[in-house]
Amino acid sequence: MSDNVYIIGAGIHPFGRTDGRSGREQGVYAVREAMADAGLEWADIECAYGGSAAAGSADIMVNELGLTSLPFTNVANGCATGGSALASAQMAISSGMYDLALATGFDKHPRGSFNASPADYGLPEWYGQTGMMLTTQFFALKIQRYMQLHGISRETLGRVAVKAFKNGTITPHAWRRSEIDLDTVMNAPMINDPLTKFMFCSPAEGGVALILASEKKMKELGADGVKISKIAVKTRPPDSFEVFQAGVSVKEGGKPTVLASQAAFEGAGIGPEDIDVAQLQDTESGAEIMHMAENGFCADGDQEQWLAEGVTEIGGKLPVNTDGGCLACGEPIGASGLRQVYENVEQLRGRAGERQVPGADGSGPKTAYSHVYGAPGLSAVAILER
Amino acid sequence: MAALAPIDSELWSDDAEPHLMGGRKADGEIVFPMPQGDAAKDVEPYKLSRHGKLWSWTSQGFLPKTPYEGRGSGPEEGPPDFVPFLLGYIELPGEVIVESYIVDAALDDLKLGMDMEFCIVPFNDQHTTFAYRPAGSGA
Repeated sequence: MSDNVYIIGAGIHPFGRTDGRSGREQGVYAVREAMADAGLEWADIECAYGGSAAAGSADIMVNELGLTSLPFTNVANGCATGGSALASAQMAISSGMYDLALATGFDKHPRGSFNASPADYGLPEWYGQTGMMLTTQFFALKIQRYMQLHGISRETLGRVAVKAFKNGTITPHAWRRSEIDLDTVMNAPMINDPLTKFMFCSPAEGGVALILASEKKMKELGADGVKISKIAVKTRPPDSFEVFQAGVSVKEGGKPTVLASQAAFEGAGIGPEDIDVAQLQDTESGAEIMHMAENGFCADGDQEQWLAEGVTEIGGKLPVNTDGGCLACGEPIGASGLRQVYENVEQLRGRAGERQVPGADGSGPKTAYSHVYGAPGLSAVAILER
Repeated sequence: MAALAPIDSELWSDDAEPHLMGGRKADGEIVFPMPQGDAAKDVEPYKLSRHGKLWSWTSQGFLPKTPYEGRGSGPEEGPPDFVPFLLGYIELPGEVIVESYIVDAALDDLKLGMDMEFCIVPFNDQHTTFAYRPAGSGA
């Protein structure tokens, strides 16, 4: 068993739309960036895990990167594809089997909302035929009830989007690079009440790659590593409320995000109050609001005050989605979870440029948290430490 | 409306006052929809309540992609033909919370916990589907 696992290289292909470059090519670009960052050659990488939701198999990347005979495992876990690839790479190293591993994710989606086949999710055809099988509806239905129960205003939803686009303007890898004011966000066309067009992220393109190393290897290379304190991946518990459910239990069940968050904090031996910067799944404004509470950072309803006071801005007590999150970067499913980890690695290494979080004592953040949620109800949390 | 067939022949009962069909598992838990295939083993068809409380709601403001078969999805149609609709979750007390169309209401009328009742409505030029509407709003 190797004690600790570190991320020693991080690469990204800018998110958004890149005509003429396939999803996998964007992934290859990110892998090359990560290798250059770590000062490694492809031949050095001992094993790889990666995937995409709509841009083909990751293991084909060896055609471009080199036929080094390394074991390359494809990962297909919806929105948690990146998180699962990262968890697998970490396990490969912590098991003692390998010293250097790659985790990568990329994607390229058509424009417009995602569409899903009922049969793929074990659902009857009428659910899709009548237009009730849309991820955007789930998020609207979940935040609508949450707003009623916990006193969250529509304006607070708007503030989440304004913050995201503001952070996007200072993030080189973001897709949306211009600010959008609160009035524009609030008065944009309604997609699914209470969420307007600018409160939703869009399917996009992009690629991310992370290189993981054992402590021994990191020291040998003299690499600038960030420690993985804990990664937790959890699927839904009984009676939970998830995306694509025609029927929900009347018993209020648990939430996969709460389970993943608790497991991650327990494994890392720290609590929410110790986190300096967080990337929380924000496929729409309401998700960021609810995920702040589900991940243990605030009580239900506190978000109203937090957003009004700028607590989650880059200079605030708990900066959230410092690169603009999914709202400003878009959501290439396979790459999105790893983008959050990439952002945290850059923040912890003090390389985040204009969007650098100052940290509690002004010397940069020491702990970083990332969280993804996806269909059909799974969450992945990663806590990193400097 | 007599010419329209249910979107799914087993989705609701053929009583004069139809019920949405769920299932009762061996342990007594009520589920919706009725499971299919092997998952239906030991699950008895169960007529769900025609009355419930509004648990959450939203509007659908854009044309859904396939497999949507409502207005705007036809070969000669597009987004301009789409008619926005309301949907939500209705809590059937002691049974299950079901996702459903909401009809005979405007967005601003909807309130958490309001009484809702079951109904069957035209869906497209071939099919009917189920919905819930504010109690007492129907003919």
